[in-house]
Amino acid sequence: MPDRIPDDSVGLVTPVVQHFSEPLTLRSGKVLQSYDLIYETYGTLNQARSNAVLICHALSGNHHAAGYHSMDDTSPGWWDSAIGPGKPIDTNRFFVVCLNNLGGCDGSTGPTSINPETGRVYGPDFPIVTVRDWVISQARLADVLGIDKWAAVVGGSLGGMQVLRWSIQFPERIDHAVIIASAPKLSAQNIAFNEVARQAIAKDPDFHNGWYQEQETLPKAGLMQARMLGHLTYLSDDAMRQKFGRELREGNLNFSFAPEFQVESYLHYQGEKFSTRFDANTYMLMTKALDYFDPAAEYDNDLAACLEQTQCRFFLVSFTTDWRFSPARSEEIVNALIQADKDVSYACVESESGHDAFLMPIPRYLDLFAAYMDGVAARCCGGAA
Amino acid sequence: MSFTELRSDLEVIQQWVKPDSQVLDLGCGEGQLLKYLQTHKNVRGYGLEINEEKITACIRNGVNVIEQNLDDGLTNFEDKSIDTVIMTLALQAVRRPDLVLDEMLRIADEAIVTFPNFGYWHTRFYLLFKGRMPMSETLPYNWYDTPNIHMCTFRDFEVLCREKGIRILNRTVMDDQYRVPLRIRLWPSMLGEIAVYHITRR
Repeated sequence: MPDRIPDDSVGLVTPVVQHFSEPLTLRSGKVLQSYDLIYETYGTLNQARSNAVLICHALSGNHHAAGYHSMDDTSPGWWDSAIGPGKPIDTNRFFVVCLNNLGGCDGSTGPTSINPETGRVYGPDFPIVTVRDWVISQARLADVLGIDKWAAVVGGSLGGMQVLRWSIQFPERIDHAVIIASAPKLSAQNIAFNEVARQAIAKDPDFHNGWYQEQETLPKAGLMQARMLGHLTYLSDDAMRQKFGRELREGNLNFSFAPEFQVESYLHYQGEKFSTRFDANTYMLMTKALDYFDPAAEYDNDLAACLEQTQCRFFLVSFTTDWRFSPARSEEIVNALIQADKDVSYACVESESGHDAFLMPIPRYLDLFAAYMDGVAARCCGGAA
Repeated sequence: MSFTELRSDLEVIQQWVKPDSQVLDLGCGEGQLLKYLQTHKNVRGYGLEINEEKITACIRNGVNVIEQNLDDGLTNFEDKSIDTVIMTLALQAVRRPDLVLDEMLRIADEAIVTFPNFGYWHTRFYLLFKGRMPMSETLPYNWYDTPNIHMCTFRDFEVLCREKGIRILNRTVMDDQYRVPLRIRLWPSMLGEIAVYHITRR
């Protein structure tokens, strides 16, 4: 809980819900007749409407990227380290928009919403959405907000995939693409991790094939396992060694199967916290969107050919110890952009934090980010709002 | 690698870069050359750099910069995908200058290379009379911590080019202020400190 709001915070923010009654045909062919998107904005849209920045969230993120909802909040939005007055995404000059994606569980239409066709919650009936569907729904929100072209679309991990899709799907509506700790598609290993996570959820007896809400239960154990597995892949071996080593909670071995090592209790804590905060069906959907993302597939797996149509400038960042989306994966995108003769800059930042690094206030990372966003401001809005 | 790049250095290089062409600058520093070429000759391009501060400076300068170590190869650039590859004062610091030259002329038809002359009279006399590895304002490092691991003379470089079938289109020899006084024109291999070579395999 902040005693007072820090000066470099966007302050207290209130989410807005936008209803869309125009049907949305999804990549799967299924149709969402109507839906809601919840979003937050920070900063002020300038007269020319040229200073808008879209933030795309990752697997477990939402629309609350920065600031506080109330003075009782224990922590700010998930990307508060990068968004705010004087921060890399400087709200003194940018108008920042962040929404909860379709299928989410934080206010946008998703598995926990009521299906207007049946009057029941969607549950497992919520159609599988893809990164492309998200980007199309984000474009509709941009229409509502009167934003023809984003000065920048920014995201890390699964968020970076949405940025890449924006550059391909709406080349004329994006000036700069900032893609952090991401990949042009998942590897077999990535998909395997996701499948283990999904199985952990699906095999929880409380899952009830996704109808747990109607059964008034939650597949907490499954979701917790899924999150614990996820956390393993977000941290690096080094980060875990530094953070926990082989420290024991009680200082001695108990010869029991209860969590004894600090790393075990950390994972339990993270899993536990997540299992009540997040919706299991949403988790299943989000991992599926990750698995399906592969924009080059329609171009004979030629990523450079796929990126030919893009018109924006690109900036990519990776982190040395990220093995979930390793630097080599970012470099695949960079090299394809070079091959396609596009404007691109790339930096690989030294960090011990693994994939999680993209959310952390690492000085070199924030310097690079700020330098790039300064250029975005200079090109799109003359440096000021 | 300690040289400050002045306008006159860029002036020599820029006259060999065609307007509206594409360049790749290996070891691009803070991106001054790329920015100059972008602004004055409508040249597009990329710079490669590994120094953290310099990469940030490139981004501030609005040039495309890729964090990439030259010693790890340039295989991410396709054959003849660039018009001119430029490398200023970095040839002596790479692990295999000969292979880097090959790569430069694989990626582009033409290359521009600048490097310090180890045959400069001061360097020769330093070794001759002091019996120690030469140090100077332009070569401020000790033998054990220098990044300049492959120093050569102009003649060494020209022999290597001949052996590799590389043609020298142009050469400008300068002092450390990037000036070309008469004495250097008369005896470049002894009195020149920095050379700019424009080379091709055509």
